[in-house]
Amino acid sequence: MSRSSRTLPLQRTGESRWSHARKQFIKWRFYYLLITPALLYFLIFHYAPMAGILIAFKDISPFGGLQGVIDGPWVGLKHFTRFFNSFFFWNVMRNTLEISVLKIIFGFPAPIIFALMLNEVTRTAVKRVVQTISYLPHFISWVVVTGLITALLASNSGLLTGLLNSLTGESWSFLTNPDHFRGILVSSHVWKTVGWSSIIYLAAISGIDPHLYEAAAIDGASRLQMARHITLPGISFVIAILFIFEVGHILEAGFEQILLLYSPAVYGVSDILDTYVYREGLIRLQYSFAAAVGLFKAIVSLLLIIGANSLARRLGQPGIW
Amino acid sequence: MLKLSRNEQIFLGVVYVLLLGVTLAFLLPFVIVLSTSFISEAEFARRGGYVLFPEGIDFTAYDILFRRSRVILNAYGVTAFRVVVGTLLNLVFTVTMAYVLAQKNLPGRIPLTIFVFITMIFSGGLIPRFLLVDYLGMRNTLWSMIVPILVNAWYMLIMRNFFMSLPEELSEAAIVDGATAPVILLRVVLPLSLPVIATIGLFYAVHHWNAWFDAAIYIDRSELQPLQIILRGLLRSATLEGMEEIAFMEKPPPAASLRSALIIVSTVPVLFIYPFIQRYFVKGIMIGGVKG
Repeated sequence: MSRSSRTLPLQRTGESRWSHARKQFIKWRFYYLLITPALLYFLIFHYAPMAGILIAFKDISPFGGLQGVIDGPWVGLKHFTRFFNSFFFWNVMRNTLEISVLKIIFGFPAPIIFALMLNEVTRTAVKRVVQTISYLPHFISWVVVTGLITALLASNSGLLTGLLNSLTGESWSFLTNPDHFRGILVSSHVWKTVGWSSIIYLAAISGIDPHLYEAAAIDGASRLQMARHITLPGISFVIAILFIFEVGHILEAGFEQILLLYSPAVYGVSDILDTYVYREGLIRLQYSFAAAVGLFKAIVSLLLIIGANSLARRLGQPGIW
Repeated sequence: MLKLSRNEQIFLGVVYVLLLGVTLAFLLPFVIVLSTSFISEAEFARRGGYVLFPEGIDFTAYDILFRRSRVILNAYGVTAFRVVVGTLLNLVFTVTMAYVLAQKNLPGRIPLTIFVFITMIFSGGLIPRFLLVDYLGMRNTLWSMIVPILVNAWYMLIMRNFFMSLPEELSEAAIVDGATAPVILLRVVLPLSLPVIATIGLFYAVHHWNAWFDAAIYIDRSELQPLQIILRGLLRSATLEGMEEIAFMEKPPPAASLRSALIIVSTVPVLFIYPFIQRYFVKGIMIGGVKG
C-alpha cells in the first residue's frame, strides 16, 4: 500500500533530526494534506464539544450565546449535587438500567437462536429469503417503527387493540399504560435488531470446521445434538465477547425509540438518562444542569467500556483496542 | 442426502414453523400499513381502524400526499438532498482519512488513529454538541444535518482495515510505473474497494434517510424539514402542517390511512435498495469484524 520509507538510522544531532522530520514531512505531504479536512472535522465536532463539558461546572444563560458561556460564573459541582440529590436521579437510573437489562435478557439470546435455526435450513433459497426479510427492520427508522406500533396498538384504531376490545369487551390501551410500556419497548427492540445482529453469529457458524459435523453424523448425532454440542460451543467465544460489550453499553437504553414512543403517562417507567438530558437541556433550557447529567453518563460509560475491553482481553480477545 | 429419522423430521418441522412465524412477524406490520393506506373514510368508519386486508382500493391518501400538498414533495427534496450530498461528503471524508491511516509507514499514524479512536469511547454529549451547532450558525440550514456527522469513526476504521488488507505489491508496482500517490488512490485502490465503499455508502445513505433527531433539534423552519420529521408530526396529530386543504375536502381520508400512506412513501425507497447490496454488506461486516 505505502511507499516504503525505511528510516535511516537517526543521527543524534538536533539539526539533522529536524531536517529528517522535514524530509519525512515533504515526502508524505500529500497524505497529510489529504487527511487534514477529516482531522479538522474531528477537532471541531468531537473535541470542541468535549471542551464544552466545562459548562457543566458553570451557570450559563441560555440566551447569551458564546459570550454567555465565557461570562457564566463557575459553580463547581453544584449541578452534580443537585442531580444526585434529586428524586429524578434514582428514577432515571433505575429506568435506564432496568430497560437495558430487559433488552439484554430478551434481545441478546434472540439473534443467537435465530442464527441457530437458520443454520438448520438446508434450502439456500429459503434461507436467503428469510435472512433478507429479517434485515428489513434494521433499515427503517424508529419513526416508521413508531408508526407500525401505532397501527397495531393505538388505543382505538390499532389492529390488535381492536381485536382485543371486541374479544374481551374491555377497552385496552397499551402505549399510555405503565404496565405494558416496557413490554412494547423490549419487543420492538428485539423485532428491529434480531435479524441484523444474527449476521455476526452466522458468520461465526460458517467458520466452524465441517469435519466436526461429519464426524458427529457418523457417530449418529441428531441435528439438535449437533447444534448443542458443535455449533453452540463453536460460537461461544463470539457470544461471550458480544455479551461483554453489550453490558458495557448498558447506559444506552434506546434514546430515539423511547423519545418517540413515551408520553407523560409513562415517564415513571420509561424516562432514561438520555431522555432526561434532552428534556432538561433542550426543552427546559437548563443547559448547564443537563450537560452535567450528560457528563455523568459519559464518564460512567467510559469506565464501563474500558472495563468491558479489559475483560475481553483477559479472555484472549484483542478487544477493540 | 441422509435419510432423516422421525425425530429429525419433527425437529426440522418445528424449526421451519418457527421461522415462518418470525418472518410473518417481520412482514405483517408492513402489510397492515400498506392495506390501511388504501382504505376510504367509509370503510374506516365501518371497520373501526387499521385493517389487514382492504375491501376496496382508494388512492385518496396518496393523492393528498403527492398532488394536493407541497409539504411532502418538499420534504422529499430535503431528504434527497441530505442523502445524496450527505453520503457523498461522508464517503469523500471517510475514504481519504481511511486511506491515509492505512499507510503503514506514515509518521504519526498511531497518534492520529488514537485521536479518532478517543471520540468513539467518549463524547461531550448532547448539550455541548447542540450549542456548538448553534454557535456555528448552522441551525436552520441543511448543513446542520450533514456536517456534524461527516465521518463515522467506526466505518472509517472498517474501511482502513480493508485498505490495509489489500496486497502491498499492487501500489508498489504502481510506484515503479511512476504513479504518484493521488493516482494510486484513484486508479488502484478505489477500483479494488468498490464493494466496501458501496457498503459503507449504503450505511451512510440509510442513516441520512432515516435520521430525524438532528432535524428535530436544529431545524425549526418547516420548509427545511425532512420526510421523517413530517411523518413524526403526522403520527402525533391527525393533521399535517400545511395541509389545510384536507379540511375543505368533501370526503377526507381517515388519519390512519394518511399516516399509513406516508409510512409507505417514506419506507419504500430503502426497501428497494438494501436487498441488492445485501451480499456486499454481509461481506463488509465480516471485514470489519476480522481486524477490529
